[in-house]
Amino acid sequence: MDSLTKKAYELRRDILEMIYRSKAGHVGGDLSVIDILTVLYYKVMNVSPENRRDPDRDRFIMSKGHCVDALYSVLGNRGYFDKEEAIKNFSAYNSRFIGHPNTDVPGIEMNSGSLGHGISLGVGMALAAKLDGRAYRTYVVLGDGEMAEGSNYEAMMAASHYKLDNLCATLDLNGLQISGRTKDVMSSDDISEKFQAFGWNVVEVPDGNDCTELLEGYKKAEEFKGKPSIVIAHTVKGKGVSFMENKKSWHHGVMTEEQYIQAVKEIEEVLL
Amino acid sequence: MNNITNRQVICDVLLEAAKKDKDILVVCSDSRGSASLAPFAEQYPEQFIELGIAEQNLVTVSAGLASCGKKVFAASPASFLSTRSYEQAKVDVAYSETNVTLIGISGGVSYGALGMTHHSCQDIAAMAALPGMRVYLPSDRFQTARLIKALLMDEKPAYVRVSRSATEDVNEENIEFTLNKANVISEGTDAVIIACGEMVPYAIKAQKKLEEKGISAGVIDMYCIKPIDKEAIIKAAQHTKLVVTAEEHSPFGGLGSIIAQIISANCPRKVINLALPDGHIIAGNNHEIFQYYGLDDEGIVKAIEKELE
Repeated sequence: MDSLTKKAYELRRDILEMIYRSKAGHVGGDLSVIDILTVLYYKVMNVSPENRRDPDRDRFIMSKGHCVDALYSVLGNRGYFDKEEAIKNFSAYNSRFIGHPNTDVPGIEMNSGSLGHGISLGVGMALAAKLDGRAYRTYVVLGDGEMAEGSNYEAMMAASHYKLDNLCATLDLNGLQISGRTKDVMSSDDISEKFQAFGWNVVEVPDGNDCTELLEGYKKAEEFKGKPSIVIAHTVKGKGVSFMENKKSWHHGVMTEEQYIQAVKEIEEVLL
Repeated sequence: MNNITNRQVICDVLLEAAKKDKDILVVCSDSRGSASLAPFAEQYPEQFIELGIAEQNLVTVSAGLASCGKKVFAASPASFLSTRSYEQAKVDVAYSETNVTLIGISGGVSYGALGMTHHSCQDIAAMAALPGMRVYLPSDRFQTARLIKALLMDEKPAYVRVSRSATEDVNEENIEFTLNKANVISEGTDAVIIACGEMVPYAIKAQKKLEEKGISAGVIDMYCIKPIDKEAIIKAAQHTKLVVTAEEHSPFGGLGSIIAQIISANCPRKVINLALPDGHIIAGNNHEIFQYYGLDDEGIVKAIEKELE
């Protein structure tokens, strides 16, 4: 197993512990997006605890903010804070590790959680880079259910109008949202065409839980000039835990003790 | 009568400041003309960003720019900026404490006959309810200039509402100005009129008419709605029998509500809130609308006379 995939599975173990202890969180989406976050934070983005105030660091926005547990997991493991503190205090009384990204937590650039804001924030950050002649890139992670929010399309227009090729969004396309299949709740089968129609460079990643494929996707996005890029990562909700995979009930399901033991066992088997 | 609008004054102050500071940005939603910011767009194209008719995006892009060190002034008609983009103002400006000044132009009933869609009579309540958002309704061009200069000096979020047409001068050009301190125009013993924005000239005229009738009224220009100058309100109320508030806003959650809260908790007095109705507003220009709803000088005089009878 390659080191990135191994890392993503180690992070899955932390996510499960965080969610099991707190009885809160969005486990299905965390497990679909974690490979994306692992590739971005360990390979693609120029970010680290040491450069977190450097004006030239890359910027990251978690637009699907409900999957903050996955973000805490990757930031904790990258050394932005003591990961045990996040695991112990996720969603706890008076904790800074609340259920959506907030800037009290080191490494989080902007508050988020209300859907449909991420691309607009990214447009602002990418425009600032162009205005200042800085080379940093801005990365935004979106959920597929979130694409029903209209403000996304305002932001998509602006990103292509200003030719923001320093902006790279990723769509965590797992096909499920809280009420069911995304295509049934609000059709999204043509999301790739929608981004193209709005003037974006579209990079398809057929297996968005495969770190090698993701890395190749980000490389193509970075090399593309003149347009913003969207990496459409086809993922599996609940990826890595057999009884959670592709089940809408695990959008924010709470594990029993038996389910937790089973889930951790499946993750550890992959790591062996 | 002055014919320079507060919008033009904002543009002049920003033009002057942008000369020395490349981080000052003006962001518009097809509103450079209506905000009188076209000269800024022409003179500093590198510091002007057009986002088209997309106010939600306008506010959040502004926050993203500010998070990278920019000092952003986002201007759009007050009705759309305050409520269409309300969640963006809540999350990306107020909650994230970004250096964004939202400039709501043509506020209140400035658009007169265009009706409810274009009236902005909820913005004080909406914006003041956001933790960390400051709210200002300057009364004349001199105060507007001083306010914008003061806001350029800090990095906190603010909402500024100005009217569409030119307003009468209330202050001298070299007005004494301290941010968040009310402008006490006159003191009285029978009543005090606390007004903001376009209501201030009417309050001053009402005070003069009352004086002729032997009624002593004071006038406070409360351009700072949040943070509000509690001390000035309590001091004025303590020296009078009646407090009258006048605002170009819904009766719910505006200047009158805020002042009534302060007075009831600190120095109980009778408070009369003069505001626009909770309903559809008639067509007309500003003055006609104010007259119809008793918000002009005559209306203020009548309200005070009736109460003091």
